[in-house]
Amino acid sequence: MNINATLIGQTIAFVMFVWFCMKYVWPPIMAALEERQTKIAEGLAAAERGEKEHELAEKRAKEVLKEARTEASDIINLANVRAGEMVEEAKGKAVEEAAKVKKGADAELEQEIAGARETLRQQVSVLAISAAEQIIKSEIDAKKHKGIIDDISSKLGAA
Amino acid sequence: MSGENLTSSEYIKHHLTNLTYGQHPDGSWGIAHGSEAAKEMGFWAINIDTMAVSVILGFVFIYFFKKAASTATAGVPGGLQNFVEWVIEFVEESVKDSFNGKNPLVAPLALTIFIWIILMNTMDLVPVDYLPHLASMMGVPYLKVVPTTDPNLTFAMALGVFVLILYYSIKIKGPGGFFAELAFHPFPKYLMPFNLFLELVSLIAKPISLALRLFGNMYAGEMIFILIALLPLYAQWTLALPWAIFHILIVVLQAFIFMTLTIVYLSMAHEESH
Repeated sequence: MNINATLIGQTIAFVMFVWFCMKYVWPPIMAALEERQTKIAEGLAAAERGEKEHELAEKRAKEVLKEARTEASDIINLANVRAGEMVEEAKGKAVEEAAKVKKGADAELEQEIAGARETLRQQVSVLAISAAEQIIKSEIDAKKHKGIIDDISSKLGAA
Repeated sequence: MSGENLTSSEYIKHHLTNLTYGQHPDGSWGIAHGSEAAKEMGFWAINIDTMAVSVILGFVFIYFFKKAASTATAGVPGGLQNFVEWVIEFVEESVKDSFNGKNPLVAPLALTIFIWIILMNTMDLVPVDYLPHLASMMGVPYLKVVPTTDPNLTFAMALGVFVLILYYSIKIKGPGGFFAELAFHPFPKYLMPFNLFLELVSLIAKPISLALRLFGNMYAGEMIFILIALLPLYAQWTLALPWAIFHILIVVLQAFIFMTLTIVYLSMAHEESH
């Protein structure tokens, strides 16, 4: 319990420990603490930023989806219109074709009718001539009445 | 109770005697036997037990905190680092609360004081006979295991703090400013001698109260442990246990008070005026 040189020794020890602590213990730990603090703060900020970005992206996705939907409906509408047009066109073409075919058929028919008529006229004239020949053979001299027969036959042809 | 041939008062005295090395009055150097012999050695003697225990504990503090400091990372802290950081943040918080200036010395100083005193005070919780008995078996006649029950240590720390108070008072305020603070408060200037007397007393009271508070608390606590050790064996725990539990509080509280007052005194030394 006496005050003696221990006082000095303890003072030296105290000073040394404080000096050591101040030099080698305190700064690195404080540095680590501060670094962790900034890291955590940065992490929190990044998380917040990420959340915001996520929100934005979601919004953007919704917009894109909406755009796509309207575009799709536009395309469908357009296609419908086009399909109607095409049907109309096809109808028109079909009608035209039908008319053409009919026309052709009509023309052919007429030709055939004309041909038939021609044939018929010739046959009728042949028949008439042969009948007339028969008659004339029996009653009239063919050479004598040739003018009359020709006249009749040309009249038949005109009919 | 250690030896059967000791009376109670001898037992107590033995426990309260430091292992003092110095020059005997007859000129030879050696260990003082008893406090009277130690007193006769005068100032130039040294308490080996106080020095050894305190320096060992100081190195324990330095070892663990340096270890934590050199492996400190900003990543996930391990057990030791976690503990050290917790202590350091506690000290840092205390310093921030009471110290307004900017000084890189104050916080490490407070940390050293806090942990070192806690470690030394904790020696009080080691059963009073263990280490002295062990020492006597190894041929060491005296061993006072709690360094903070030696006023040499508490006064050494308090004086260290006092020197810092004076140094920063003069550095921050200048010699004139420091003198003005001592001489022109709290009464008007014409009462200067009276002011000076008051302020000098309160200035000197700072280290003395620091040292004596710690010393007194730990000395009294140790004394009670020794007295409890004098009880019959079967009855000791009834008092030793509650006192030890209570003493855990004292151990930390005294370290905290020493640290906080150091911070406050240094803060006052840094402030321009009252």
